Formats: sequence, C-alpha cells, structure tokens
Amino acid sequence: MSKKTRKRREHWYSGITEAIQMYIPGNKLYHTMPARRARTGTLFILPFIIGFIFFMVRPLVMSLQMSLNEVNLIRGGGFTMTWNDFYNYHYALQTDPNYNQYLVDEISRMVINTIATLVLSFVIAVILNQKFKGRILCRIIFFLPVILSSGVLPGIESSNEFYNMMTDIGNSVQNSSGVDIAASLQDLLQVSGVAGEVFDVVFQMINAIYDIVMASGIQIIVFLSGLQSISPSLYEAADVEGCSAWESFWKITFPMVSPLLLVNCIYTIIDFFMKNDNRVIEKINDVMYGVRMDFGVASAMSWIYFGVALLFIGISTFIITRAVKSYE
Amino acid sequence: MSKDNTVFIGKSQDFWTRNRRSEGYLLKRRVKEIVVSVVRALLMFGLCFMIIQPMLTRFSMSLMEEKDLYDSTIILLPRHVTLDNYRIVADLTSFPESMINTLWISIVISICQVVAATLVAYGFARYEFPLKKFWFACVVLLIIIPPQTIQTSLYITFAQFDLFGIIKALTGDTVNLRSSMAPYVIMSLTCMGLKNGLFIYMMRQYFKNVPMSLEEAAYVDGCGTMHTFVKIMLPDAVPTIASCFLFSFVWQWTDLFYSRNFLTSYRTFAVQMSTMVSRMGRYFSSDATQSVIVPNGRQLQLISIAVLFCCIPLIILYCFTQRTFVESLAMTGSKE
Repeated sequence: MSKKTRKRREHWYSGITEAIQMYIPGNKLYHTMPARRARTGTLFILPFIIGFIFFMVRPLVMSLQMSLNEVNLIRGGGFTMTWNDFYNYHYALQTDPNYNQYLVDEISRMVINTIATLVLSFVIAVILNQKFKGRILCRIIFFLPVILSSGVLPGIESSNEFYNMMTDIGNSVQNSSGVDIAASLQDLLQVSGVAGEVFDVVFQMINAIYDIVMASGIQIIVFLSGLQSISPSLYEAADVEGCSAWESFWKITFPMVSPLLLVNCIYTIIDFFMKNDNRVIEKINDVMYGVRMDFGVASAMSWIYFGVALLFIGISTFIITRAVKSYE
Repeated sequence: MSKDNTVFIGKSQDFWTRNRRSEGYLLKRRVKEIVVSVVRALLMFGLCFMIIQPMLTRFSMSLMEEKDLYDSTIILLPRHVTLDNYRIVADLTSFPESMINTLWISIVISICQVVAATLVAYGFARYEFPLKKFWFACVVLLIIIPPQTIQTSLYITFAQFDLFGIIKALTGDTVNLRSSMAPYVIMSLTCMGLKNGLFIYMMRQYFKNVPMSLEEAAYVDGCGTMHTFVKIMLPDAVPTIASCFLFSFVWQWTDLFYSRNFLTSYRTFAVQMSTMVSRMGRYFSSDATQSVIVPNGRQLQLISIAVLFCCIPLIILYCFTQRTFVESLAMTGSKE
C-alpha cells in the first residue's frame, strides 16, 4: 500500500484534469515549472504523435477493417467494403493452399533460428571480447552482415528458381561423393537411434548456419557492449577467491549479460519476421498485388502474421524475464 | 599469465625446470592455452570465411564468360576473363542514374529520419509529460509492427491525400501524392520511416545517460530550451547521431519495401535490381519487340553482379566508419 502511494507521488499531477489543465493558458497550473516542461516535452515528441496517429493508427484501423470485410476495387480508384463474417480469416487459414503451411514453416524456422542466433552471437561476443591477434579484423568482418543482409540483398538470389535447383544438384553430387560430413553423420546417428528428433533440430541449425551468422551482426554488438561494461575487478576478486574461468563465466559473465538476452531475443524475432526472403510476406505480397488483388484476404493474412509475431514476442519476454530474475 | 606467482619464481630458468617446480602445472596450463587459441583461431577463421566467401564467389563469377558458367571444371578461377558482364548489368539497372538516385534519396531520407528521431528521443529522455509511458509504448510498438500490415492502407492514404478534408474543400479533389517523394519524406519526418522506432530508442538511450546536471547548469546560467538542446546536448551527441545516420543510410540504400511503395517515380538501385530479371529477355534479343529466354545460370550471374554493385559502396563506407557504426549500439546495450 505504502509503495503504491509513493509511486503515485512521483507524478506532480494527479489525474487527467490536472494533466489537461497544464496545457490550458490562463489556468493556475499553466505557469508552473512542471507544466512548462511538460509542454516542451510534448512539443519535442509532437512529430512522433502526429506520425503515429496518421501513418500508423489510421492505416492500422483501416487494414483491420479491410481484413473483416470483402473489399471490391472500383475502376479508377477507391473501393467498397461489405461485411462478410470473418470470411477472410477463414479463407486465409482454411481454404488457401499454402498460407497455413508457410506460416507453420516460418514459425518453426524462427524458433530454431532465434535460439541458435542468441547462442551463437553470445559465444562470438565472448570470443571477440578476449585478446588475440586479428581481433579487430574479426570484429569488422562479423559486423559486416549488418550491411550484407539488409533490405533487398538476402532474398534476391534465393528467389531465383535456378539457384534452388543448383543447390539441390550440388547436394546430391556431394552426397554421392561422400563429402557431406554433416549428412552422413546425421544418417549414422539416426541409424544408431540416438534421440532422433533432437538431432534433427541440431542439424537443421548446422545447415542454417550461414543464415544465422548473417542475422546476428547487431546481436553480437549488443552482447559485446554488455561484456565490456562488466568491471574487471569482479573477475579479479573471483580469481583471488579461487574461481576457475569456467565458474566465473557462469557466475559473473552470464548473469551480467543475461538482461541483454531479452533485447536481443526480441530484436531477432522482429528481424526474422520482417525479412524480405520470408515466404509468408512473399505470399501476402502475391495475394495483394498478384492476379487476385484481394486486399481483404491480404490484410487478414498480415494481421494473423502480426498476431503470431506478437504472441511469440510475448512468450519469449515472459520466459526470459522469469529466467533472468532467478539470477538476481 | 601474470597473475600466478609460481611462474615467476625462476623466470631465468628453462621451461622444464620451472615446470617441475610447479609440479606439472605450468605445462598443463601452457597446453591449455595453446589448445584454446588454436580452436579459437579455427572457429573465427571459419566463420569469417563464411561471411566473406559469397562476396568472393560473386566477384570471380562476375569475370566469367557465359560458357565458363556451364563448365564443371571451373569453380573459382574464370578461364575466359571478360569485363562485358559489368557493362550489361550497368545497362540493365541503368547504372549511373539509379545509383545517383539511390545516393541522394538515401541522404535526404536519412537526414529527415535522424532529425526527427533526435528531437523525439530528447523529449522522451528528458521531459516528464502526461501519457509519456503510453507514447513510449507506442515507440516500441512501432518497432514491432511489420510495415507490411499497413501497406495497403498507406497506399490508399497517399493516393487520396487530404488533411482533415481541407484540401478537398479548397480544390474540390484529393491530391495524389503517389508519384512524388513527399509521402516518404513526410513519413520520415514524423518518425514512421524505415526502422525509425529503433533510432528513437537508440538516441533516447544515449540522452538518458547524459548527466542531468549539465542541463541544470545551463538553465541556471539562463539558457533557453532550444539553446540548451542545440548548444549543450547536440555537440556531445554527434557520434550517436552519426551512427544513426549511417544505419539509416545503409538500410535505405538496400531498402526495397518503402522504395517500391513510395518512390515509384524514382528508379532506385534496389528496385532496379529486383526487377532486373524481367528486363533481361528484351535486352538480349536482337529484335526490340521480342524477348529471348535467358538461361537461369546467366540470370543468377547477372544478379550476383548487381549485388556486388550494390554492396561495394556500402562496404567501402563501412570500412571507413566501422567505429561509428558500433558506437551507438554499445549505448543501446546498456541497461535502462
């Protein structure tokens, strides 16, 4: 109870009326210092407020409306909307042949990639934080993906049909000559029957290692900055007390950096969901601008997609905050 | 190495004597060090190579003649070296024009974005006002919402642009802003551009870490709000602003989504690149009215070259400014 009242006192205005009064000239609150500062602050973020209302909230509402209605385009611009009982959602999830499958595929890929990205970027950050020759060069190269995997670049080559065909041929050639160690190892392990599904996931990660490295530039920087902010005296103290490097890694490094896990996790998920080579986004674009030009279904699809993204961000936030708290 | 005193007892003695004196500990540690550094070097080399390798492949592929592509004995080194491909790609992407367009558009948009983000971030970091938490939640939401969700509605908003019906009342019709650059500039200035939420977040994180006493001192000395912001806060924030600018520039350079939707009348390189394949058939045929089928391998080669064209300016820029790139993100990492 006492905590709550104290929290309320941090505000110098109480309730909506006083908040509004600060903006009305002639009011007795108008000329107080906090009111003046509040007005300046509002002025500073005014561009954002305007933009958010006009170019985010309004289009969002409109697109929600579209997703709930049947949209008919009129020649020469404009469109009409008629209510159709969630038909668009129904269509997207049950009638459309590919959407479902793409969505599930992308989600499972996302979960695996996110975990792998977090682990890999953490390991790389720990290594880059050590002193060794060529460290600066390594750093430069590891942040290069920030540029090389942005915008149009990642999807452009794989969208070429031939590329996929060629990689298939490449794989089969490799298989026949027995060069592909990963695949043969995978076969071996599967034959011996050691936890098949777990290994499937691991091998999926290994096969996707290029994508994962290309997606982890920013995460490495964030982890690295976290590592550098740990005071060296902590390690010294641990060393004096007889901690091994392994112990001090788990007892000092990991807890100190773990809050950044959340930031990185959310960033990775968002980044993955918005990538150009994402098949769900391709599908949405296809429905929207392709032969069908069905804005209603496309809106419904993107809303489902957005909902799923939000759900996953929520889940991971929940899990990570729980996990991190246990360290404190 | 320096922390352990036993090692230093007889620095002048040879390794094995010292090892015996430390009862085998020295040897064990030396071996461990060597193993760690070898493993580390291998791992680093492998991963670095993986990042760079596609660029190298693209480069060697760009020099090959078409028949080299189908020769299975050629993997990296071209047998028939040619520079013809570069000319073809330059023609297909209308190279100098599209590059210049991309350059100035990226600069203009990045400046708009950074100016807006700096102002907003300063407001969030330093001022208390009603609904602050709510608006900041909106910034986070802005980072999360995929722009694809609102794509169509934005399209319509700008095709029939109107401010509260004022324009319609004056001229009798809504304005179609689709063919101009105005929509995108407006969006960037109001923080709704490409990844703009992220820039606000980064800048805010920086401003929050600047000691409050600086501004208080300025206030006591009679400095006004704008004056404080421009003269006290901005000069120190230059590195962070610069890195935001660079990020914005690079992302805008390679952006396809916003360019395709809002900059239809400007041929930017990213858009040219993505539509390149459809122009190839026409280009390679001798007759202008017909198109030939271009083999897929050839298509892929030409796309690779376009990717090289797109990346190389950015990589050069990055090599000179990599310190700035990393700096602001180090700020983002620091805790609330």
